[in-house]
Amino acid sequence: MAENVWIVGIHMTKFGKHPELDTLDLGAQAARGALADAGLRMRDVGVLAAGNLMKAAAGFGQQLQKQIGQTGIPVFNVANACATGATALRVAIMAIRAGETDTGLAVGVEKLSGAGLLAGGSRVAAGDTWAPQGRFGAVAALDGRVGTETMPGVFAQIGMEYDHKYGGADFELFARISEKNHAHSTLNPLASYQKRFTLEQIMGDVMIAYPNTRPMCSANCDGGAAAVVVSESKLRTLSLEQQRRAVKISASVLTSDPWQEACQVLPDVNTLTRRAAEQAYEQAGVGPDDLDLVELHDCFATAELVHYDNLKLCPPGGAVDLFKSGATWRDGSMPVNVSGGLESKGHPVSATGIANIWEVATHLRGEAGDRQIAGARVGLAHVIGLGNACGVHILEKAAA
Amino acid sequence: MSARVPLVDYLVLAGDPHLTAHECTACGARFFDRRNACAACEGEQFRQVDVPTDGELRAFTIVSFAAPGVPVPFVAGVVDCGGTSVRANVVNTPADPEHVRVGMKLRLTTVPVGVDADGVEAVGFGFEPAS
Ligand SMILES: [Zn+2]
Repeated sequence: MAENVWIVGIHMTKFGKHPELDTLDLGAQAARGALADAGLRMRDVGVLAAGNLMKAAAGFGQQLQKQIGQTGIPVFNVANACATGATALRVAIMAIRAGETDTGLAVGVEKLSGAGLLAGGSRVAAGDTWAPQGRFGAVAALDGRVGTETMPGVFAQIGMEYDHKYGGADFELFARISEKNHAHSTLNPLASYQKRFTLEQIMGDVMIAYPNTRPMCSANCDGGAAAVVVSESKLRTLSLEQQRRAVKISASVLTSDPWQEACQVLPDVNTLTRRAAEQAYEQAGVGPDDLDLVELHDCFATAELVHYDNLKLCPPGGAVDLFKSGATWRDGSMPVNVSGGLESKGHPVSATGIANIWEVATHLRGEAGDRQIAGARVGLAHVIGLGNACGVHILEKAAA
Repeated sequence: MSARVPLVDYLVLAGDPHLTAHECTACGARFFDRRNACAACEGEQFRQVDVPTDGELRAFTIVSFAAPGVPVPFVAGVVDCGGTSVRANVVNTPADPEHVRVGMKLRLTTVPVGVDADGVEAVGFGFEPAS
C-alpha cells in the first residue's frame, strides 16, 4: 500500500485580467507562492508537473523552471483540456506514490482574458468545388449545420438532457444556480467577478446558448494555481506548524469516457464523473454525506445541475430538488462552489483544476476568511475537460 | 439535371433521404464517422445500416452566439432515432423555447447548403416537427 500524499503548500493568484503579466509571470507567482506556503524551495522538489493549454507545445514547464529555479528534475508538461490542472496534480501525486520522489510541484496557468468564445473550429473557408474531407466525409463545415461545437451550446444541451430525463429544470432554475455562485463570489477577494447579480439581471442578460445567458457561462480570465505535495514520511520531517496546516489527499482519481451510446454525438460528462466519484469515495472511505463543501465544474450553470447528481450529492434524478432545498448555498447542508465557481471566480482553464483544490484546502485549514465554511473537515474538488477527462480529489483536514 | 452531393457521407440522398451508420458486427455499436476499430468492443468489422428517419428530441440548445460565419439563432440538438442518437439542427420551426421542447417528435428533412463552381448542389439534413 503506497503511503498517503499531503498538500503542504498551495497558492492561487487573483483571477481576472492581468495585462501586465504573461503566462510565465502568473505561473511563477503561483509556483513561488505554493513553495513559500510550504516552506520549501525548488531544490527540495523532485518532480514538476506543469499544465498550460495555450502554450502546450512550447515546453511551458521548462520555461517556468527558468523563472523559479532550474534544478534538473523531470518535468511533465500536461495538457488535458479543462482538467489540465487536476491532471498535473495527479501526475505529481503518482510520482510520489510510485516512490520516485517525496516532493512534487504541480502548476496550472492560463491567460485567457479577451479570448472570446472557445471552439467552433470546424468551419473552414469554402473551396471552389465540394470535396469530402475528414472522418465524416464533409464537404463543408459542420458547426452550425449539424448541431453546435461551441462549449455553451454543448453544455446547454447537457442540462436540457437532464430535464428531459427527470423534468423540473428550466431556464429560471439554471439562472438561479448562477445567482447563487455570483452571490458566493462577493466574499472571495480572488474571484474575477465579485458582483452580485439579481435573477432578473441574469435572465435578462445576453443569451449565448439557451438556456445559458452570459453570466451563466464561465468567465474567460487569467490566473494561475500551484500545489506542493509530499509523501507522509516527508511530512513527518517537517515542522509541527507545517504538519498542522497540511491537507491530506484522501482520494485522487482521473477518468476518461467508457463507451456509451451517444457519447460521441453529445459529450457524456455524466458517466465518467459518476465513475470518478465512486472511485474517490471508495479510496477516501467517505461518502457524500461526509462532505463539508464541494467545488465542482460549473463551466456553465447547466453543468452544475447534472454534477450534483453525478457526484451523488443527491439521489439519482434529485438534482433539481437538492438545489431548490437551498442545500447548495453556502449556508446550506451541502455548500457547492462557495468560491463563486467557474461562472464567477473565473475559469483560466489549466489553473482551474488546482484552484478548486486551493479553495477546499483553504477552508480545511480554517483560513478562508469571510467565506469560511465553519468547521470544514472534508471537501471534494471536481473538474471536467471536454473530450473527456474528469478529475476528482477528496481532501481532509489534518488530524489535530 | 443538376448534380447533388451530401453534406456528409452518412447522408443518403437517393430515394427517401436517410442517414446510415457504421454498425459493429460484434456488438452493434453505431458510428457516423470512419473508425479504425470499435470503441465499445475493439471489433474490426462494420456493416452499413439505415437509421430511422423519425425520432424524438432528447436535448437541445438555441445558439445565439457562434463562430464568425455561422448564422444565428439556430437550434442544435440530439435526436433519438429508434435508439440511435443523432446530432442535428432542428429546422422549419421558430428558434425559440415556445416552439422547441425536449421530447418533441421529429422527422428527417433535407436542407440546401449551397452550389459550387461546377453547379453542384450540396445538401445537408435537419429534423423538423413531425406534426
Ligand atoms: Zn463493437
